[in-house]
Amino acid sequence: MYCRKVGRPLLGLCGPGRSYSRAAVCRQRALWLRRSQHQALSRHNSTRSPSQSTVDPDEVKRFQSLASKWWDEQGEFAALHAMNDLRVPFIRDNLLNVHRAHHPGKPLAGLRILDVGCGGGLLTEPLGRLGANVLGIDPVENSIGTAQLHASYDPDLRDRVAYQACTLEELSADGAEEQEPVADRFDAVVASEVVEHLADLETFAFCCSHVLKPGGSLFITTINKTNLSYALGIVVAEQLLHIVPSGTHDWEKFISPVDLERLLESHGFSVQCVQGMLYNPVSGGWSWTNSTAINYALHAVKPRDSLQPDRAEESCPHPEDHAAATHS
Amino acid sequence: MHKLTKAALTCHGLGRCFISEKHVSAVKIISRGLVSAEHGDVYDVIISGGGMVGSAMACSLGMEPNLAGKKILLLEAGNKKVMDRVPEAYSTRVSSISPSSATLLSGTASPLTSYQKESVWDACSDALITFDKENLQEEMAYIVENDIVVASLTKQLDSMSDNVQVEYRSKVVKYRWPRPHHMAESIPWVQVTLANGKTLQTKLLIGADGPNSMVRRELGIPTVKWNYDQSAVVAVLHLSEPTENNVAWQRFLPTGPIAMLPLSDTESSLVWSTSHQHAEELLELDEESFVDAINSAFWNNENQSELIETAGSLFRGTLSTMMPSAGSPRQLPPSVAGIGPKTRVMFPLGMGHASEYIRHRVALIGDAAHRVHPLAGQGANLGFGDVACLTQLLSQAAFNGKDLGAMQHLLEYETERQRHNLPMMVAIDLMKRLYSTNSVPVVLLRTLGLQATNMLPALKEQIIAFASK
Repeated sequence: MYCRKVGRPLLGLCGPGRSYSRAAVCRQRALWLRRSQHQALSRHNSTRSPSQSTVDPDEVKRFQSLASKWWDEQGEFAALHAMNDLRVPFIRDNLLNVHRAHHPGKPLAGLRILDVGCGGGLLTEPLGRLGANVLGIDPVENSIGTAQLHASYDPDLRDRVAYQACTLEELSADGAEEQEPVADRFDAVVASEVVEHLADLETFAFCCSHVLKPGGSLFITTINKTNLSYALGIVVAEQLLHIVPSGTHDWEKFISPVDLERLLESHGFSVQCVQGMLYNPVSGGWSWTNSTAINYALHAVKPRDSLQPDRAEESCPHPEDHAAATHS
Repeated sequence: MHKLTKAALTCHGLGRCFISEKHVSAVKIISRGLVSAEHGDVYDVIISGGGMVGSAMACSLGMEPNLAGKKILLLEAGNKKVMDRVPEAYSTRVSSISPSSATLLSGTASPLTSYQKESVWDACSDALITFDKENLQEEMAYIVENDIVVASLTKQLDSMSDNVQVEYRSKVVKYRWPRPHHMAESIPWVQVTLANGKTLQTKLLIGADGPNSMVRRELGIPTVKWNYDQSAVVAVLHLSEPTENNVAWQRFLPTGPIAMLPLSDTESSLVWSTSHQHAEELLELDEESFVDAINSAFWNNENQSELIETAGSLFRGTLSTMMPSAGSPRQLPPSVAGIGPKTRVMFPLGMGHASEYIRHRVALIGDAAHRVHPLAGQGANLGFGDVACLTQLLSQAAFNGKDLGAMQHLLEYETERQRHNLPMMVAIDLMKRLYSTNSVPVVLLRTLGLQATNMLPALKEQIIAFASK
């Protein structure tokens, strides 16, 4: 396993006040800051959190400044913390529809979940507490460090939650190389507040399909591409109120549920449901809503039929991996 | 049953409380660098205080399916209360339990005596109010002995030992609170140091350690409190003849209310709140004189003035003309023949309310959060209400994968309970003040008010509903 050298980890911890858009996690990725001294953590390869003794005290100080921001429930990421009230039940209930719970107290026991763009682990930890084995990945190594540190104090989580600083492509590519058996793949992939920051959604969808077991679930939360999302998410949040720094979001990268659905279906997914989410800046809480005009959540399933994924692979833009499968 | 002195009783209470007589200076272990919590001992919930409310909380959490697999610990400074069979003689400390509290306790099987009616009347007039549910079908409330409740909860806890651990004779000497934000180099959990030197960590600490709560004190939570200049004398009474003992009686004397709560057909429990001096005098009396004092308190009419009597009966006449069907037939309280041997004790009364029930990773329940006058029989109920509310919120939080010590659901608990408890406490305090005086205008006011309320079944039903919640 290798890790792409991320020489530009994000600090991007932007201004004071609450972030309006929940993409605070991805805000970091969009702001590439060079950091001259950053070397030490380029090799977070292990899937287990390192024991406390291998962590450098210098790193601790760096994590410290980040930790107080990620895990401060009333701080900059307050809205992301609040979003857990919607995301966790959404994921839990949809998974329970398929895999009936056998363990009281740990409804997701026995399931493997991949959290793409996990950031500080805000969504990874609740899923771990519900009993799932969760792997959180994020290209920003500082975030991974923070997440590992936070999870290390809880003996409950130490066994169930793991982090890795890499991208989804790398993870998926590693799997392809080693020809990982189906059992090593994931029961669910969660990409919350991620897709609005990706350049190549086709690749993303392909990789998700690759790492998922047949019948596995894909959960996405993101922002719609509408006039309203431009007005509120960009103009108000970024330019008027400066809650989110300018340039964090690129409206062009937003994707409507219809387009996302089309994309996923072309990769063989079957979209089960799409639900709008609404943030109330006054109460700081989220609620489900009928309108998907701004934020929305989507649940798709990779079909169990083994033929379908091949067909999807044929149409993927990586022909060199599947030369044998293409018709020639 | 057991001879309890006055001093010992201040430590007795509806919840066990720790009053550390001496300060133990614990060595402060300052952890530098990364402290690993690798040595286990991180509990999900620690409940400090194993009285009625603390034990009920432990049982309630242990039986909650969403909390299966969580590590729960109950710390109790006293000894384990084991009761192989129900003792024949009734013990002194009893509580009045509403039906909803009874539901919470059901499954822990204590023998309960129920009462279906409650009659309350004024010593300074003839005004009477009777609370009863229609046709005496449903129970209004239950009288339970505190010891039996604790013993049966203990038995229940024994049966769920894989979920809930209990440690007896564990006195807490020190609490260490976590920082509000998680910072590296500090342990994010609450640390509890016991007298035997062991240090435990927990994600959520529940303080159920009684009116002199150490948890509350150590957190520095401001508490509104005052002492009533009253003490309560409790005893077990033998009635002069067996009767269908299903009515709770309470008479408001100018010195304080005297109440008789049914225990069985031949026995009742006495709770007499009066001035400290009078209470001491009552304890000194020999049995016969004490019995006489009780009977005269219930029957004596010397406090009534002519004016009040006339006004009262006039008003009553008017009301019964207007609403002839309202009001229940007047029953008479039973008279007392003797008292149970060595059951006479007294304890001081006060009011207390913590301004905050919660802090980061801490919640207060029961008397640690609120302490009331026994005149309405609500003290234990408020505590059980806290238990039910907090259990439900923690269960929901666990099902959502939340950290149990997170503020969000703790704030919900605080809001919900304060909204319920404060009006109740204010009402009880007002009642106490209203009935503590002999002055004619106040007596007239309360007399007419009580009679009017007695005639309004809808209002009485509201009052019962509120008290039964």
